[in-house]
Amino acid sequence: MKTELRSAPVRPGAASGTRPRPRVPSRFVPVLATFALFLATFGAGSLRYEGFASGQVVANLFIDNTFLIVLAVGMTFVILTGGIDLSVGSVVALSTMVTASGLQAGWPVPVVILAVLALGSVFGLLMGLVIHYFDIQPFIVTLAGMFLARGLCFVIDVESISIKNETFRDLATGIIELPGGVSITYGVVVALLVVAVAVYVLHQTRFGRTVYAVGGSESSAMLMGLSTARVKVGVYAISGFCSALGGLLFALYMLSGYGLHAVGMELQAIAAVVVGGTLLTGGAGYVLGSVIGVLMLGTIQTIISFEGTLSSWWTMIVVGVLLLVFIVMQRAILRRQARH
Amino acid sequence: MTTTARDALIRAGRSRLTWPVLALVALLLVNVIVTPSFFDIRLQDGHLYGSLIDILKNGAPTLLIALGMTLVIATRGIDLSVGAVVAIAGAVACTSIAGAADSGGAAAAFTGIGLALLLCAVLGFWNGFLVSVLGIQPIIATLVLMITGRGIAMLITDGQIVTVNNPYYAGVGAGFVVLPVAILISVGMFALVGLVTRRTALGMLIESVGINPKASRLAGVRSRTIVWTVYVFCALCAAVGGLMISSNVSAADANNAGLWIELDAILAVVIGGTALSGGRYSLTGTLVGALLIQTLTTTVYTTGIAPEITLVFKALVVIVVCLIQAPKARALLRRRRTPVAPPNAAAPPEPAVAVETTPTRKVGQR
Repeated sequence: MKTELRSAPVRPGAASGTRPRPRVPSRFVPVLATFALFLATFGAGSLRYEGFASGQVVANLFIDNTFLIVLAVGMTFVILTGGIDLSVGSVVALSTMVTASGLQAGWPVPVVILAVLALGSVFGLLMGLVIHYFDIQPFIVTLAGMFLARGLCFVIDVESISIKNETFRDLATGIIELPGGVSITYGVVVALLVVAVAVYVLHQTRFGRTVYAVGGSESSAMLMGLSTARVKVGVYAISGFCSALGGLLFALYMLSGYGLHAVGMELQAIAAVVVGGTLLTGGAGYVLGSVIGVLMLGTIQTIISFEGTLSSWWTMIVVGVLLLVFIVMQRAILRRQARH
Repeated sequence: MTTTARDALIRAGRSRLTWPVLALVALLLVNVIVTPSFFDIRLQDGHLYGSLIDILKNGAPTLLIALGMTLVIATRGIDLSVGAVVAIAGAVACTSIAGAADSGGAAAAFTGIGLALLLCAVLGFWNGFLVSVLGIQPIIATLVLMITGRGIAMLITDGQIVTVNNPYYAGVGAGFVVLPVAILISVGMFALVGLVTRRTALGMLIESVGINPKASRLAGVRSRTIVWTVYVFCALCAAVGGLMISSNVSAADANNAGLWIELDAILAVVIGGTALSGGRYSLTGTLVGALLIQTLTTTVYTTGIAPEITLVFKALVVIVVCLIQAPKARALLRRRRTPVAPPNAAAPPEPAVAVETTPTRKVGQR
């Protein structure tokens, strides 16, 4: 079923050239559907509320979701190989905690940043090694990682630690003026850089192609002589790195470290990836789709805050329903392709 | 004599239950060392009290939910939504009781409980529909309800913590019939499920669906109905667990009730030796697993470590248990323990076969 998805563009009807209809390759359909839905939601918002369709509201979508964009990028890699990483939310919390306590102890900012990134990457790498070499389901290993990271937060401190370091605060509050009176934070630049690098890695490198191959069929990829082990371990290291970076961005956003930060953020990241059109069985999907997925979730939140009378729990319900719609849609597409 | 004893030892070493049971015993010993009165159970006003009873009582919801989870996992599924269902059950029951005309009466309590069970059965039906009819992966299908469920629970309670004052309702979670009622419910359900699945063909059918859904369907097993039923059953277990949790404190907290209980339940099942890949399941294993998790939590409390750090210990237990149970790690251990065939090498084909089977199995495993 999965391999059929990628061979879709060269289906007989299109290849024989009897009637060259300009058709969108079906692998782009989920991403385009998300994008259309995003535009529609945003359009509905701007029709309904005054001042919704301003450049700054769009910029705020990015500013308020920098960490989620980075997390979704890492999660996309993992889900593309057919795995899942439940530990990202906890690793974000652990990163904010390490950042806060490191700065409190008087470490210089670059050292703290490097230490956090290294910690996250090693954490992900270890989970990847266990998943691959002991052949245990990613679900359960990353679940253990989730507990472990959350617990380690509380080992550092049970209370919240606020960040008072001047340099770090300057980083957090610094803004970049864009034409049109729109301003963004440094975090947005970092997040967009991560997205660009991820797109490059997935589509222009051997590693990226192997990621798709492993997601399509691991045994075929292995029989083709691809280095499945490196990829399967690597994606978790990437996800760990992204979680740590997301944690740094989250620390910039909250200016504190706390063991209860980012509870449930792994679910948001997974939801964004799925809404962005990535197949949960692996092998098909795009990083840009996940970014649109994050923006979609952000738009829903913005609309709910613009509405004012709607309570925050509506966000959860709407996100859940959206997730459901996309899952059912994916299922329908897969079934149709299986029939061809 | 000695050989049979050694055989028994070897068999115990191979059994998946040995390690969890040993860990449970070790934890209990740690507790006795820290607090010598740990095993004391006293009878007061016809009620049994003691640390062991506490472990059982606090572990009752987890045990019940793990029971439903075992059956779901046996069919190669998973139910992430149980935590949300726990919150919804409490929210529905408490809101209904608080809004009833006679909010202290038996009728209000039973209406509330009935409504909660009914709604949760519908939620389980929904999960089962997504998995068995639409064929969506269980993790994802139940993720929808996991995310939406807490929102629904907060919608029902209007974001407030609803408190009730109803002795009948409080009886579910805090009542006593010599033993706490919660324990009796959990153990009763456990015995019932054990009886129904192990004394009839149902257990075997569930296992066959988990091992190979297609083959069992072709063999005439109604796999769709079975899968559907286990999700409804799991949601019902979660609902009863949610009623216990909420009635124990006579309040419904949509945000925190049953938070992370899905993970505890899954851990209990995994520790008990039921593989997440479905198929054979062990109810006794789940019982041991649930008790192990609760004892671990209690031990952390009694030894005076900050309760939040329990998570670290849980993580370590999961990692160790999973590593021990992983076929690859077992193979590694076995290879190290048994010396590599005697040097006179009377049987060279054996290693050759082993070399040949390993890669094929690896390919087929996915």
